[in-house]
Amino acid sequence: MNSVILTAGTRYLAGLLLIFSLYMLLRGHNEPGGGFIGGLIGSTGFILFAIACGTEDARTALRVPPQTIAMIGLGIALIAGLISIFFADPFFTGQWFFLGSTETEKGLPISTVLIFDIGVYLVVFGSVLTLVFAMEEEI
Amino acid sequence: MESLLAIAIGVLVATSVYLMLARNVLRFIFGLVLISNAANLTLFVAGRLTAGIPPLIKKGEIAPVGPVANALPQALVLTAIVIGFGLFAFALVLMFRTYTTLGTLYSDEMRVAEPREDTVI
Amino acid sequence: MDVPNQAAEWKTNIVAGLFPVFLSALIFSWFLTFIPSVADGVSTRFGIDWIPSLGISLSFFIDGLSLTFALLISGIGTLVFLYSSSYIKNHHHFHRFLLYLFLFMLSMLGVVLADNLISLFVFWELTTITSYLLIGFSHETHKGRHSALQALLITGAGALAMLAGFILIGLTVNSFELSEIILEADTLRAHELYAPILLLILFGTFTKSAQFPFHFWLPNAMAAPTPVSSFLHSATMVKAGVYLMARLHPAFAGTDLWLWMLTIFGATTAVISSILAFRQTDLKLALAYTTLMALGTLTLFLGQESGYAMTAFATFLIVHSLYKAALFLVVGCVDNATGTRDANTLGGLAKAMPITAIVAALAAMSMAGFPPFLGFIGKELKYAGALGVASEPILVAGAVLVANSLMFAVAAIVAFRPFWVSSKTTYPKQPQEAPFAMLAGPIILASLGILFGIYPDIIEKTLVAPTVASLLGNIEQSKELKLWAGVNLPLILSICTVILGLALYLQHQKLRPALDGIFAKLPTFDQGWDKFLLKFKDFAAWQTRVQQSGNLHQYMFVVFFVVFASLATTTALKNAIFKPPDFSNVTWLGVGLVLLIIGAAIITTVTASRITAMATLGVLGIGVAIVFIGFSAPDVAITQLLVETLIVVLVAIALLRLPNLETEAGQRRPLDAILAISVGSIVTLILLSVLSLPLDRRVTDFFEQASWPEAFGRNIVNVILVDFRALDTFGEIAVIVIAALSAYALLRTTTPQSKK
Repeated sequence: MNSVILTAGTRYLAGLLLIFSLYMLLRGHNEPGGGFIGGLIGSTGFILFAIACGTEDARTALRVPPQTIAMIGLGIALIAGLISIFFADPFFTGQWFFLGSTETEKGLPISTVLIFDIGVYLVVFGSVLTLVFAMEEEI
Repeated sequence: MESLLAIAIGVLVATSVYLMLARNVLRFIFGLVLISNAANLTLFVAGRLTAGIPPLIKKGEIAPVGPVANALPQALVLTAIVIGFGLFAFALVLMFRTYTTLGTLYSDEMRVAEPREDTVI
Repeated sequence: MDVPNQAAEWKTNIVAGLFPVFLSALIFSWFLTFIPSVADGVSTRFGIDWIPSLGISLSFFIDGLSLTFALLISGIGTLVFLYSSSYIKNHHHFHRFLLYLFLFMLSMLGVVLADNLISLFVFWELTTITSYLLIGFSHETHKGRHSALQALLITGAGALAMLAGFILIGLTVNSFELSEIILEADTLRAHELYAPILLLILFGTFTKSAQFPFHFWLPNAMAAPTPVSSFLHSATMVKAGVYLMARLHPAFAGTDLWLWMLTIFGATTAVISSILAFRQTDLKLALAYTTLMALGTLTLFLGQESGYAMTAFATFLIVHSLYKAALFLVVGCVDNATGTRDANTLGGLAKAMPITAIVAALAAMSMAGFPPFLGFIGKELKYAGALGVASEPILVAGAVLVANSLMFAVAAIVAFRPFWVSSKTTYPKQPQEAPFAMLAGPIILASLGILFGIYPDIIEKTLVAPTVASLLGNIEQSKELKLWAGVNLPLILSICTVILGLALYLQHQKLRPALDGIFAKLPTFDQGWDKFLLKFKDFAAWQTRVQQSGNLHQYMFVVFFVVFASLATTTALKNAIFKPPDFSNVTWLGVGLVLLIIGAAIITTVTASRITAMATLGVLGIGVAIVFIGFSAPDVAITQLLVETLIVVLVAIALLRLPNLETEAGQRRPLDAILAISVGSIVTLILLSVLSLPLDRRVTDFFEQASWPEAFGRNIVNVILVDFRALDTFGEIAVIVIAALSAYALLRTTTPQSKK
């Protein structure tokens, strides 16, 4: 599409959508959001980018092939599930660590659940982009 | 409201079945979208409808106060939507590839793997 | 291939060829150590549990019967391996051959030693499979493949029936151990399942031991290399059926059914196959048919219960294995030396192959039943046993007489004529004596025939009597083996046999065309079997065509019809509760939304424009999303909206290249519409029925209570997804990756058209 406004605007919009998708991912555990929604929003950002500037540019901006992202996501999700082995818990038991926790303050929560959600995010993000890019290019 | 939606689901199922029985595979794919929506709605409605109270726990509480919407079907439907999308995308690509290879959208004419008896040598 | 390599290969072949010889010789000597205890009537049992909960164990049992078989298998096996190490050493699949043959020997030992019926069945099938591989060893030839498959299908079908019989035995006497089943013989014989069990098992043993009318696979199995024919298809495997009948004799014999089944089938097989043997000109085939005759005779004797019959059985079993294996190996030597097995062309070989000629003569005289060979004793006992048959002794003795005379003639055709009658044939190659490794087996086997004939005591107390004891329960029933029993009816019959046999031999060139004339008119079972297979294949193709028409519409119609039928019958049978639908809490907004969804669905269905369909699909998706928003599912609603957007994007991309939808005006589909409405209605009905029942919220309650304290999350839906049911989610994201990658692969492969 040869619209200057769209091409120029998209670059910022795509970035905004990506940041928004990360926000949706991270708040997902306590508010509506999460890996599925985050991944879908992030991919729409790049789809917009691909429609406006072509998939060539979108792939360059992404740097990594989307199918690789999807596979990495699946791997991260698997690792998140495997971590519980070290704590003698069943597969996929969530593990929580509170960084810098004191008597009164809970500290910064880091959990395998979050890692898993990041994996979900990457899978959805990568898979959707794999599909859309391939269709854009082949059709 | 559940009963009304049950009727709407029935209509969705009927139209999707009719579409999936069509000989044009593009219609078949439309039917696929419809039947996924019907299935999602069925799950959602069977878990009962609660207006205005999402299944979230307020800050400071350890459990939801008062009745909230049923979270279980929501979780099921959420993944079902994404899976349904994956299935739809694959079917669409398959149909598209079939069309470019065989030059037809009619399932009756797609006989590469199972040729008609009379054309078998 | 260069020379050093060949030499190296030759060396490894020697080693590979001799290795199984030593191994089987070792096994043979191990079995020899059991002779004293078995002669004393002590049987040995050992084993381990396999599937104890089902009463299946890997248990083994050594008594007279199994020891006789084990010695024959491992002993003849040793000689056959020695023979093969020379006979087939240049074949490019030599190692494969040795492996198959050794596997066969082990499985066959398993069959005769197994105490548990299920493990017996497993070994039995292993012999079937190895026999299949060995018959089809020359898999380049159509005959090899055809014969192998035929043998596999026939014996395999029999074995399946036999397995059913075994399971019924297990249900009847509550044990799969043969040693225990034999103790329950009276229960078994009186049981109402006795007849079905017996018939099922006999189906298995008759097919395995090639009894008429399943006899035709055995001559075809001669497609295998000669050592295999000698080992599997004369001395051991085909006797597995006979073995099992002998093994079950104590438990099953003594009824009219047993007597008549075995007598009739055994006698028919013996007579028919000896006539068939007589008309063969291929030496190997002639021997194959005499093997059938021997199997028929063995079956015939197992039908009886007298001491004479059982002694005849045990003796003839040993005699036959010795001379038949020897003769097969001799035919292999002749075949190797001259390049032909045709009885009409062979002749005058005694000069070129003196040792082979003598060995052949020794084995054949045992087969023909001359004194002082063991074959003579066997024949005398056969007549004594036949005359002692409880009913119709004349008929049985007559059958045995006919069969024996024909066997006499065949022995002469196979082992006398090719060597001692001169012929003017020029052979494709100059015949010369076979190497030692190939002669050793026949020499030993043929010498044993005369050794045991002169000193029958060697086998009488050690093998024959214990075998009879296994069959009849006590050792006293066993009759003495002796060359001279005085002038009695068996001796007179023996003399008749020799005269008749001699006459048949002298006239065989003239009789053969007459026989051929008769048999040419009769349909053979072999052709019948081929026809049956062909018809069966046609039937399979027909039913596949009906079920898998290749028509998507038909598949979908069947699927949806089954969905409808099963939902409807379940609803009807389970008395689903129906309350009148409750429309009390319906809002105008809700009505509008539902109308929007219904309208969008219907327009999608009827429209002929793809753009319209795309738009209405989008509208429908958003309508559903509004339902999710309205009823407190923010996460689901967001996902639904995003996915709807993506669907529209993908469809829009794809539609650019697809043709427009044609209107379906010309092709109304009333039947499809009826089915669609039926499925839709039943779904609504079931959903209404579900809604009229109280909701079970236990799982939801748990999630609500545990979400924050245990999983530190306030968004219960997300906590379920990534924590409580993380494994499910993992599976789902894996599916998404697979779908995306498959679609990617589909798109990236170049189309056949674009290649052109």
